[in-house]
Amino acid sequence: MAIKTDAVGKSWPSTTYQVGREKIKEYATVLGIENPVHFDVGAAREAGFRDVVAPPMFAVVYAMPSLAPAMFDPEVGINFARLVHGGQTFEWDEPACSGDEITTTATLVSAEEKLDNGFYVFETVSVNGAGAEVVRGTWTNIVRGG
Amino acid sequence: MADLKAGDALPELKVTPDKYLPHRYAGASGDFNPIHVDPEFAKSVGLPSNILHGLYSMGVVAKAAAQGLAGGDPRALKKLTVQFRGMGLPEQEIEVTGTVKEVEGDRVVVDLEAAQGDNRIIRNAQAELEI
Repeated sequence: MAIKTDAVGKSWPSTTYQVGREKIKEYATVLGIENPVHFDVGAAREAGFRDVVAPPMFAVVYAMPSLAPAMFDPEVGINFARLVHGGQTFEWDEPACSGDEITTTATLVSAEEKLDNGFYVFETVSVNGAGAEVVRGTWTNIVRGG
Repeated sequence: MADLKAGDALPELKVTPDKYLPHRYAGASGDFNPIHVDPEFAKSVGLPSNILHGLYSMGVVAKAAAQGLAGGDPRALKKLTVQFRGMGLPEQEIEVTGTVKEVEGDRVVVDLEAAQGDNRIIRNAQAELEI
């Protein structure tokens, strides 16, 4: 088995996501998160947010689309039939609120073979319209048997 | 929270995702991978049934940390890192447990795990919060 490493360091075109109140409500409801700052603009503003605020893990909603072209890029060469999501890290900075336009850029940071498995690590960096970093994600994908 | 110290247990969080939770999570997240929403497809690729999204289980861990230590304040969670291992299944209770690892000023580091019975679906999770 040989892992393709040519694409290490490559970034793909950014994706932009407009955060909205109903989508935040939908996500929070599925997770059973009940804090009114995720549902009610008055409660959110009283707590110091610009608008209804997203739970931290809402990051998957606005950051994940940036990974699609990266994951399907033949230069990366991921075998989807053997793909598992091995690990995930998020580091949060500025909260994501309804009305924000969040732009995310994905980069392949490493591609390595370990114990006959391929480890592909992507980083996503998400910034809001004011240029402030919202979240940084590290996505570890494992391709079993390469 | 002022008297929080290393070794303290996080209040445990238990939740049982119902049969259609993966479908609702797929809609909320945009991840419609058929291994999560189509039991027949999941079985055809060797899985026991459709499985929970790992990022849903991570969301449950994030909720446990934010609710357990910061009253659910979405600003509190600064970092969360997890490893996905066992497959999570619908209609089985998830139990999230955690232990405070260190406290330094308003910064708290917690070690966490999520399990369905003996099946530890999220291991070596660590959260950093400012509370």
